Amino acid sequence: MAKITYIDHTGTERTLEAKNGESVMEVAIKNSVPGIDADCGGACACATCHVYVDEAYLGKLSPPEAMETSMLDFAENVRDNSRLSCQISVSDELDGMKVTTPESQH
Amino acid sequence: MSRENLNCILVIGGGQAGAQALISLRQNGYEGALHLIAEEPFLPYQRPPLSKAYLKGEMAKERLAFKPQDWYESHNITLHLGVRADKIDRENHILHLQDGTELTYDALIIATGARPRPLKLEGADLKGVQDLRGLDDIDQLRPALKRGTRLVIIGAGYIGLEAAAAARSLGAEVTVLEMAERVLARVTSPVISTFFTQLHERQGVSIRTKVRTDCLMGKAGHVSGVKLSTGEELPADIVLVGIGVLPNQELAEAAGILCETGICVDEAGRTSDPDIFAAGDCTSRPLIHYDRRGRLESVHNAIEQGKCVAAALMEKPGPKLDVPWFWSDQYHIKLQIAGLSQGYENFIVRGDPTSERFAVFYFKAGKLLGVDAINAPPEFLVTKKLIISGSALAPEELQDTSLSMKEIAAKYAA
Repeated sequence: MAKITYIDHTGTERTLEAKNGESVMEVAIKNSVPGIDADCGGACACATCHVYVDEAYLGKLSPPEAMETSMLDFAENVRDNSRLSCQISVSDELDGMKVTTPESQH
Repeated sequence: MSRENLNCILVIGGGQAGAQALISLRQNGYEGALHLIAEEPFLPYQRPPLSKAYLKGEMAKERLAFKPQDWYESHNITLHLGVRADKIDRENHILHLQDGTELTYDALIIATGARPRPLKLEGADLKGVQDLRGLDDIDQLRPALKRGTRLVIIGAGYIGLEAAAAARSLGAEVTVLEMAERVLARVTSPVISTFFTQLHERQGVSIRTKVRTDCLMGKAGHVSGVKLSTGEELPADIVLVGIGVLPNQELAEAAGILCETGICVDEAGRTSDPDIFAAGDCTSRPLIHYDRRGRLESVHNAIEQGKCVAAALMEKPGPKLDVPWFWSDQYHIKLQIAGLSQGYENFIVRGDPTSERFAVFYFKAGKLLGVDAINAPPEFLVTKKLIISGSALAPEELQDTSLSMKEIAAKYAA
């Protein structure tokens, strides 16, 4: 279990309980967090679940695979802490992590 | 019907399109009564993982649902699960359900999806002969798929090949039968067909093209094999049928709503009855990037039309219509498709088709129609932009890998 805080582009924060093994995207979708579309449902096929990850937690995430890096390269407003949230699997280690969602995924 | 008179909306179908319509209606501020009528006894769930991660046992069932039960409660959505919609009485604006319930509506959204094309052969009704469409199909199939299970798949389309890959990873002995001369013949070029044939063969799948199935054989009511038209018999513990789908348009058709292959809708998802909309696999829709109409069987289409219908009902601008896109996961390979390549006159290959990263671009009369991208997201993502921009580009430029897709996008899709 981990508490993940989602911050939308207006600065509104929502903290949600996430189960280990769920993705950061799934938790967002099931709780109707704005700013994440996740059209493909987590298959790393559409790049519509882009988030910015709290720098302090970046190192705790497994590094992106080639597909994710390649998809992110074409997302809008990519930064060094950009990830696709469908590829971040929740674990105890991520308790307290904050992710920020962009204004639009398209 | 204006927005003020919109107090009860019914959504028929609990797939991706129906779920999206519900979500988007509430997101767009619709506060009236909202009902979901779904034939399957489950909360709306994602179908793509069924032939992929879920079949392999890598994804728990709870993770398939789009939204948890309490979402429907908190959004005041009345669920009629496990119930079929029987008849639309357009004159009186009443939907009759199979269990005798009558629901009146101001607007109706038909998102009934598609069903597997039935195999019309002797023995098709034997136990162990299965479709691959719903959660029940997979839950029935998975326990039977073990190391050494002899699985025969009829039809080498995307669903059949995805199932082959998942079954191989579970240790089943897999044979794929295809009538055409190559796998995926209806949907892609020989280059991509060859790539997937070789991929599956390397993984130990037996691919048999140009074969006709004569009948299915059984023992004690259970399938035991497949007999080909040549007389050859292939032993089988399970037979999967993946020979395409048919749109579920009968409900609309019986109500006199205009249909072709699919329920005819406009860009907003409106049918020939202004109070009735349709979305997803069951529709025939305008394909604005191709100046024609057609049916799409995809997540992209279901989401887009679900959003369009909700926006139209709430008199809000709909989403910008995207280029059709699709994906398929087989083993470690991700195929991403942008655009519709049907009717292409020529194609070019970017990258090395014997590698596991390349793309095939399709053209007609000099116009880029689409791409099949193997582990190649830039080619997929940029093609969407190139099709939308409609700019003429020389196929040779796409072939030149010294030009990055970013550079091509900057030049042609800015």
